[in-house]
Amino acid sequence: MATKGNALPGYHSIPGVHDELFGETDGFRPVWRELMGQLAAYSPSDLARHQEVARRMLREHGVTYNVYGSDESMERPWSLDLVPFCMDPVEWARLEQGLIQRMRLMDRLLGDLYGPQRLVRSGHLPAGLLHGSGAYLRPCHDLQPPGGRHLYLHAVDLARRPDGSWCVLADRTQAPSGAGYALENRIILSRVLPDEFRECGVSRLAGFFAGLRDGLRNAAVRPAGNPLVVLLTPGPFNETYFEHAYLARYLGFPLVEGGDLTVRDRRVYLKTLEGLLPVDVILRRVDDTYCDPLELRGDSFLGVAGLVDAARAGNVVVANALGAGLVESPALLPFLPQLSRELLGEELLLPAAASWWAGQERARRAAFAAPGRIVWKRSFGGAADPVFSEELGGEEWQEFLRNLEASPSDFVAQERIELSTTPVWTGEAWEPRPMVLRMFVAMEGPDTYRVMPGGLTRFSASPVSPVVSAQRGGGSKDTWVMAGGPVDTISLLRPGGQVIRLDRAPADVPSRIADNLYWLGRYIERLEHQVRLKRATFHRLGGETTHDGQAELMALVQMLVVLGQLPDRFGRDMDWEELGLALLAQVQQPHRPGSIREILNRLRFITAAVRDRLSNDTWRIFQRLQGDGQFTGGQATLEEVPGLLNTLVVDLAAFSGMELENMTRGHAWRFLDIGRRLERALNLVGLMRAALRTGPTDPAVLNPLLEVADSVMTYRRRYFEHVHLATTFDLLLADESNPRALAFQCETLQEHVEYLPRDRWARGEHPEERTLMQVSELIHSSDLTAMAARAGNGDIEDLDQLLERIADGFQSISDQLTQRYFSHAVVRSS
Amino acid sequence: MLYRITHVTRYAYQTEVSVAHHLLHLRPREMSWQRVESFDLIVQPEPAVISRRIDYFGNHTHVLTIEGGHRQLEVVAGSRIRIQPPPRVEAGATPPWESVVEGCRQDGWSAAVEAAEFRFDSPFVRRNREVADYARTSFVAGRPLVVAVRELNARIFEDFQFDARATSVATPLEEVFEERRGVCQDFAHLMIACLRSLGLPARYVSGYLETVPPKGQARLVGADASHAWVSVWCPGVGWLDFDPTNNLEPAERHITVAWGRDFGDVSPIRGVLVGSGDHALTVSVDVEPLAHSEPDASAKSVSTQSQSQASW
Repeated sequence: MATKGNALPGYHSIPGVHDELFGETDGFRPVWRELMGQLAAYSPSDLARHQEVARRMLREHGVTYNVYGSDESMERPWSLDLVPFCMDPVEWARLEQGLIQRMRLMDRLLGDLYGPQRLVRSGHLPAGLLHGSGAYLRPCHDLQPPGGRHLYLHAVDLARRPDGSWCVLADRTQAPSGAGYALENRIILSRVLPDEFRECGVSRLAGFFAGLRDGLRNAAVRPAGNPLVVLLTPGPFNETYFEHAYLARYLGFPLVEGGDLTVRDRRVYLKTLEGLLPVDVILRRVDDTYCDPLELRGDSFLGVAGLVDAARAGNVVVANALGAGLVESPALLPFLPQLSRELLGEELLLPAAASWWAGQERARRAAFAAPGRIVWKRSFGGAADPVFSEELGGEEWQEFLRNLEASPSDFVAQERIELSTTPVWTGEAWEPRPMVLRMFVAMEGPDTYRVMPGGLTRFSASPVSPVVSAQRGGGSKDTWVMAGGPVDTISLLRPGGQVIRLDRAPADVPSRIADNLYWLGRYIERLEHQVRLKRATFHRLGGETTHDGQAELMALVQMLVVLGQLPDRFGRDMDWEELGLALLAQVQQPHRPGSIREILNRLRFITAAVRDRLSNDTWRIFQRLQGDGQFTGGQATLEEVPGLLNTLVVDLAAFSGMELENMTRGHAWRFLDIGRRLERALNLVGLMRAALRTGPTDPAVLNPLLEVADSVMTYRRRYFEHVHLATTFDLLLADESNPRALAFQCETLQEHVEYLPRDRWARGEHPEERTLMQVSELIHSSDLTAMAARAGNGDIEDLDQLLERIADGFQSISDQLTQRYFSHAVVRSS
Repeated sequence: MLYRITHVTRYAYQTEVSVAHHLLHLRPREMSWQRVESFDLIVQPEPAVISRRIDYFGNHTHVLTIEGGHRQLEVVAGSRIRIQPPPRVEAGATPPWESVVEGCRQDGWSAAVEAAEFRFDSPFVRRNREVADYARTSFVAGRPLVVAVRELNARIFEDFQFDARATSVATPLEEVFEERRGVCQDFAHLMIACLRSLGLPARYVSGYLETVPPKGQARLVGADASHAWVSVWCPGVGWLDFDPTNNLEPAERHITVAWGRDFGDVSPIRGVLVGSGDHALTVSVDVEPLAHSEPDASAKSVSTQSQSQASW
């Protein structure tokens, strides 16, 4: 009652609008009372703090929703409101029945439209709804999916009318999104409000996902064995990529892109480092027309050539079936009650918002005569926004009418529902916001369906906006269905936040993933190298400097000039102020090649591409690294930078520790480490060559060299003396016990290469093995002492040539590995 | 008429292609006035898999998969076709065009509704008001369908210029309409857009046209090309062909290979391959008459150039 109102102080519903929280009398609706009672214990500042915790967890989990058309901040953090949407179990059970019926209906409808088309022939459905639809895939006609099942996951957008009843706004059937976000919302909210979650007896979501997973696994056509189910994503640039990676991980399916799959002899295979693995089921998040460039859209780079034909041959299950987008059309809504009687012999349980397909003269007239407000939608998709007639100016409205007249079948009129409102925390106050609920149904087995006891509640960006869309701002809520009885507590998450991987051998690494991990290793190492190099320079730049410090700074600047990171003029005369600015740019300018900020941006893309291969903890480290690497928005000062660089060194050490301790020693880890070793070797050779040109015997050169190569301590322990060229180069080049030395990188690489998948028919050693052998020989059989002596006398040529040949060797290993394992350019066993 | 047709397509790839899939529409259709006496397909290098299928529109398709590195591909399709003039209609006796539009709007299922498949937008042909306005000049109220279509066919022939360099497969219809030039594929798409914008069903036909050398010159082998024209639905009669590129009503010198909503449904060879780098394409078509009848001298011999047929 009013006394408990202080859980959400200042919240008022809008008169005449159905509010989810407040009933007609001024009390909470019963289903909210438990939660409101719990929340009443918090002060407003407690709630704000919890909201902040949730926000931070979302950021750490990397939950994003990519917004099309915005370049700078492509990833928008997912927004989750602290107060869940509460739903009555009886009401939910009613919806459950309606949703299951709806999925069965849509499945049967697809079966007819892609088969005998009896409904069209008998006049139950106008032919224009089929033939006029761009979503009708002709090549998929007569393609009967195994078991005749088209749908495995179905999503329905629901809205509540002012009278309290629910109605359907839209169906999502080709590649429904949102289930993964609903799960993520639940995981976060159940951690932020653990007591409330327990006390309210909220139904768990895991059973739904177990059903979805089992349904997909059991759909496999190949008998027995361990079916391979993959999740096909368009890639990291897709708006819901986060969800693809998250679901793949949660369900235990490999996340693949079109390029990972290939069709041979009408079967789909996953390209892995060890060859081709047959794929049984594809849970796709690629839209219908993009799935096969051979038979569908020829300009698609997201699909798999030959997929339609493989499905036609019955060799692979595509979930949902290709062409399933056909029944998403809002133009179908007015026909569904009749179709339900026709196909199921049942009355349709869930009504939809009143709709009129303008392709029928009668319906078009009825739409214009209908009382209340109307929204015009496109019948068959397309990018056009819905048209709210009362919001158009006279001229715009005339233009719209002309388009309608020219092609009436392309338009659907729909009654505009006055959406119900739910309380949302704006950061300052509780406000009523219009909401839409997306619910999900999974097919668990033949005639067994699971409805998610929850869903994705989305609210609009302002109290008056009629459009609820993540593309337009707004936010989401967890959806709590209060269980009537004891709560089912199974979870697909393994204890301790452990990442689910495919249980099979390391062989299952897709080439693309190996490629990305290799570059992850390279960029992580490149970042570490640059951070150390810049830190050494900044340390000597600021504050009081000793005489040695001054000389070492000059040497470092000279080396940076040789490395091409500073312009030539700094080698000749020194303008301190200009130097400081140039060095700052080398750290924080995002568009300067090789700057720390630029490397961090590259890392961001690569980590996004291998998101499903990284544990949550590793992901958190990367999020922190990106945060720490912001350099105060690119405005960090000379005084701030050294401290920030120190932080980055620590973040990087945390990643190395995680990699060392937590990654399985499979091929994925090996490619990560190969990248790291090669990059380390290449960076060190470059630095040594720069040192050689700067002044090979000068301690002011050798000391920073050892520091950047992280070998100062090792050097001191071994030689107890001032630095010399011969001993320094020996430590960095040939000392196999120094994990920073070239010899160590070479040896580690040899070990890795030995474990990589091999060609069954190739004789002798692989080219990269031969190259490594040559590099090893160069390192070990060169007379370093003599070369160092000559370099000390000003003749650096021998030593420089040696380093150059070593660098060339490492570089060609990179090329050889790329050809063999990533681009499959070398003809391998097939 | 009896023809021997040889359609040779050669690709030369800059870098080695490891795996390639190709979808072909090369085997001519059987029709009451067109008989395929023989057809053979020779592909080099030899495909690992060839599968044959009748597609949604009733066309013959082949899907080839070539595995193993290759730097070139040659597809030779050879056929012997016997063809008679299709039945003629009395243009003035055909129904008024508006009644055809009305008939296709019916919700029930009938032959006319089946034709309605070809009344809507397709990937290469979007209906629009400007094109409809252009067409309407010929479609005056109450005019018999074929009289109006025949006039439209002639107007496109007069108003648009054949120019093999003006367009490519990717040139949008709006640009063709604006620039008033293009090739047979563009004119076919344009005429289809005109008809569909008025509500009439129209489909795209791909095939070959026997070209007649100028008087006194020998026939050049391989100088022919793929051709494209338009088919219009006429109730009670069926589909009637029109060739706006030549202002002709196809008879026994037009050999039909396949039809669909537009070029995208019937492109002769469409391929997807794994490999990098560019490719060069050469196509030669030879339509050799084996048993002559008197040629129809009104066709322009230059006007059958088609464009690159592959979409990559």
